[in-house]
Formats: sequence, C-alpha cells, structure tokens
Amino acid sequence: MDKFIQHLGVAAPLIRSNVDTDAIIPSREMKRVSKQGLGEGLFAGWRYLQAGGRDAAPEFVLNQDAYRDASIILSGPNFGCGSSREHAVWALAEYGIRVVVAPSFGTIFANNCIRNGLLPLVLGANIIAEIAAWVAQDPCQNKVLVDLPEQQLQASGEAFNFEIEPWAKRMLVEGLDAISLTQTRWQTIDRFHRHRQSLRPWLYQH
Amino acid sequence: MAQTLFEKLWQEHLVEKQSDGTDLIYIDRVFLHERTGSIALSSLRADGREIFCPEQVFCCMDHIVDTYPDRSDETTMPSGRDFIVATREGAHEAGLTLFDLDDPRQGIVHVVSPEQGIVQPGITLVCPDSHTCTQGAFGALAWGIGSSEAEHALVTKTLRVSKPKSMRVSFEGVLAAGVSAKDMILHLIARFGASGGSGYVLEFSGSAVADLCMEGRMTLCNMAVEFSAFTGLIAPDHQTIDYLRGKPYAPVGTLWDDAVQYWQQLSTDKDATFDREIVIDCTDIEPQVTWGTSPEHAIPINGLIATAFGHEAQASGYDKALEYMGLTAGQPIAGQPIDCVFIGSCTNARISDLRLAASILRGNKIRPGMRAICVPGSMQVKAQAETEGLDRIFIDAGFEWRASGCSMCFFAGGEHFDFQQRVVSTTNRNFESRQGPQTRTHLASPATVAASAVTGVITDPREML
Repeated sequence: MDKFIQHLGVAAPLIRSNVDTDAIIPSREMKRVSKQGLGEGLFAGWRYLQAGGRDAAPEFVLNQDAYRDASIILSGPNFGCGSSREHAVWALAEYGIRVVVAPSFGTIFANNCIRNGLLPLVLGANIIAEIAAWVAQDPCQNKVLVDLPEQQLQASGEAFNFEIEPWAKRMLVEGLDAISLTQTRWQTIDRFHRHRQSLRPWLYQH
Repeated sequence: MAQTLFEKLWQEHLVEKQSDGTDLIYIDRVFLHERTGSIALSSLRADGREIFCPEQVFCCMDHIVDTYPDRSDETTMPSGRDFIVATREGAHEAGLTLFDLDDPRQGIVHVVSPEQGIVQPGITLVCPDSHTCTQGAFGALAWGIGSSEAEHALVTKTLRVSKPKSMRVSFEGVLAAGVSAKDMILHLIARFGASGGSGYVLEFSGSAVADLCMEGRMTLCNMAVEFSAFTGLIAPDHQTIDYLRGKPYAPVGTLWDDAVQYWQQLSTDKDATFDREIVIDCTDIEPQVTWGTSPEHAIPINGLIATAFGHEAQASGYDKALEYMGLTAGQPIAGQPIDCVFIGSCTNARISDLRLAASILRGNKIRPGMRAICVPGSMQVKAQAETEGLDRIFIDAGFEWRASGCSMCFFAGGEHFDFQQRVVSTTNRNFESRQGPQTRTHLASPATVAASAVTGVITDPREML
C-alpha cells in the first residue's frame, strides 16, 4: 500500500451531516466483483442529473471547475455512516481523494480508509468551516497541506493540529499491510486457537 | 474487579495487546454474503491467501438475489449473477458452509444465523455487513466490518481492534400497546442523534429489554449501527437459552449443559461501571416514524415534521432533507399520503413481525392503487408464516408475497420502488435513493406499516388495534 506522509491538494467543501456510504457510492454503481472501476460512481446521486446517467449536475461541488482536481473533501459530522461497503473508500481513492476532513466518521468507514491509504482526519466543525471559507476565495491557489507525521493540517496561514490513533497513523505512514503484520504473530494466535478449542469445545462440535 | 459484559467478552477473546495500542481479538465465526463476501473471497484467491478454519465460515445469498417466486441466478440487477456465482465458487473452493439460493434455510444473514444457532452467547462474530450488530442480541460480540477486514479475519482468525468505550442504554418501564422494539431504537437515535453512539459498544438493558422476545431484541440491536455504535449487545437470559435449544448448530449432549453454564455467567457485574449511561422511560415512547433522510429524523407519529428533538447540529441538514422528501416543516406526519409499503429486512421480517402486521391486515385491504410488498427474512420464516396461514392474510389484503432476501431494503439496480415514490418501510435506512431512484422512505414498525397500508396514509397503529 502507498505510504501517506504529506499531501497538498485542492479541498472541496461538502458540508453536510451524515454523508452516508450510499451517497458516496450508490449500490447500483457497484456493478462488478471488483475493487476497481468505482471512481465513476462516486457521489453518483448528487454528481449526475439522473440515476444511472452521466450528465453532470452543475451545482455539485466536484463538477465545478475550481474543484475539479480536488483531492481533499471537507465535510460534516458522521461522514461515511451507514453501510459497511468498502466500495465507498475504493471509489474515493480511485477518484483521487486522499483525505476526508470531518468532525467525526462512521467507524467502519474510518477503518476501511486506513486499510486503503486514505486519511480520515478529524477537526472541529468550526475549524472546517473556517478552512472551507478560506479555500472558497480561490480553491486552486488556496491549497490545503496535510502532514501526517506532524499531525498537522495547514490552511489559511494557520496550522491546525489533529488527533489520530497511533495504530492508524502507523499503518498509513508506513503503508503497512495488516494481514502480513498480524501473520508475524502466528504462533501466539495458533496457541490461543488451540486453547479455545479445549475451553469452549461446543463451538467446534459441528 | 467488576466487569461489564462487553469487557468479559473482550477479555475472553484477547489474544494479545499490540505495541500500536490495538488489541488482537480472536474471531470465532465469520459470515459472508454475495455482495461484499464475493469480493473478499476473490481478493484472497488473487493474493494466494488461504482461509484458516473454513468450518467456522458461513455464506448467505441475500443481498442481490431476486425475491420473485421463480428466481434463479439471473437477477433483475444487471451483473448480479456475477456476485452470486463468485460467492458460490469461492465458498465451494474454500470449503465454506453456503446457504444457497435453493436451500430451504436461505435468507438474510442476520435472520439465518440465529435461526441456525450459529450465533451464540459469548462468541465473536463478524461479517462485512454493517447490520451484524443485530446478532449482539444473543450476548455475542458481533460487528460489521469492511471487505479488507473480512479478509484479515478469514486468514488470521483475528482482527486488530482499538477497544471501544462502553455505554449502557437502559429501557425501563412497560411499552404501550402498539409500540415495539423498532420504536424504542428510533426514539433513542432521534433523541441522541445518529452519531450518539459513536465509539461505544452499547449494552441494552432494563425491564423493557428483558420483556422483549429474542426477535424484538434483534430489532433493537440491528439499528445500533444507525446510532453509529461499534455494536450493541444484550446479556443472555432464559429466553436466549430457550431460543437456541435444539437449533441445528446449537451444542448437543453434555456440551449443551457446559455451554449453558458458561452463558449464564455472561452478564454485567453489579458494580461494573460504563463510560456512559443513558436511561429511557419507555412509558413515554409512542410509535415512531421518520420524516427525513437520516434515522435521527424520527418523530412520534402524532408529532410535527422537522420539529422533534432537533438540536442545532441536526437541524442544519433539515432543509435538504425536507426538500428531498417533498415535505414542509411543522406539518403533521400522520395523514401523509403514501404510494407503497414494504415489510422486510434484517430489522423487521421475522415471524413475530409478520404476525404483528398480519393481525392488523386481517380482513382488511390495502388502499387501491398502492403497492405493498412483504419479503420474509428467511425461507424458514416464509414457511412458518405459510403454515400459520399468514401468507393468505397478506395476499388477500393485496400484498405481494415474496421469497426471502434483502430485496428493496436497498436499491442495487434491480428490484426497486419508482421515482419519488413515498414508501413506509420496516427497514433501517431512509437515506436518499436507498430503495430506488429518489424514493422517499419513512422508517416505521411493522404495526405502523401495516396500518398505513390499509389507510393509504401514514397511520398510528394504535387506531387499528
């Protein structure tokens, strides 16, 4: 997985509460048994004029010239709530989004982000509104810089510190594969597994 | 030291603490379905990784399969067949148990697992499906994950998890007639917001929870994820044990006795403390119905649209939700004309839900011109309903009586309601376009849905009891 160290990019405001994973990628856009080919379906319900169509809805933020190259999304609380579909993250990543900034995230969505090199970045709603206002003055010039090792987001000449759990930071900064990491603990897991079979034998009866 | 039930379950499954602050948690059982499981299975195959303990992995066909009587691998959803076939082939190749399309046990994963006794108190169970929290009703630690985490659980038999906080939600008092578990959970979400449970494992307790049957408890836990909780759970009691006795995957012989003895230890110690406590007086709860596009937009059925608890953060999204739903703030929700009703989903399509709806529909007809659909939660639920003659009540009332699956709980390009149709639904999500393009979904209990089907407007079920 690609490492996430620093990212500088255009930030697009999508300031609303509870942007659910159905909105991020409608189920009807998940057409193949694949993690690829999902970027086109990103925000399809808002981005296109008709369900299943591809005519751009002009008012949607990512369709506006100034935000066309956005790689950062600024949003409201509980971003990524709802369905566990990892397709939401795959769609964001394929479109080119590296960071989502919101006051809070759906738990499964945030975990899915970490597994795919996307940064779910938590800042207060007031700060996000401030950043969005500054970006809006000139989105292509007023780029936002995110420094993960420093846990800092820079915008409007200010530096905002953010919190992130140590494990999530490490996974992203080092670009780790969780399965490989856990497999190094195999002996311990196997010992636990065998102990559990004797402790709760009814689970292994069938 | 006094422990909560959640802490006991966590301790029971803690393989070891990791240096990065996460815990390596042993996963007893994994469920997959053809929507997301198919991708996890093909991704594992592509990476050359093998499933450890395939005998503890179960697959359901529920999300994409059609629910028409003559269904096959061909689906109304374009390319749906690919997901079905990939799951079937992946399951066979890896030696997983599959409840396939033609299996009399087929149905929605969170209905099938309890029916088969696969979920049991004290286990960890995960599935790449957000409503896995449903199964916490059995005193299991069951939660929804993404596809990558599912791969991790399949290969390593563990997950790396940052330990959530704990919250006790006590529902005290007695529910009024016509009020059910769905109303309890909608009330909770409306009152504390759709992110009110974020970061917590919820333990539902209190006299009203003890009074719920197992199916009601599943409805309650089902929507813990709509409260943004990590998951929800309920301590097992005599009802839990009675429910599981004799189920196909339940322990047998002396192991049953051993299991029961262990299950009876699974409760929160008297002096244990939670990170947060909420107490709700159930005598206050009325039938709930949502007016907007988030489950937090629930109001009492005699309430006014967009006026309920409405703290500031919630109210900021009201305009968009009202516009989408084609409604005006301050108007009564009761009496709103509807186009369709839907009874189905892992939330409310078990036999008790169907019995409740049928008790209201008996001898009645749906309002002419409306579309009404009932999709039983599993083929076993369907068979049981048919044994009891409930299918005749639904059909005589004007309902379509379907085979089992997730069906129109969500729109995947196949089965759906039409453009801007107003649907009263027993499902769990009223998100934009969730049940079809631009559909307007109102979440409610089976009783409210049945009552509304008869009148053709959103109706308080207490008027029809």
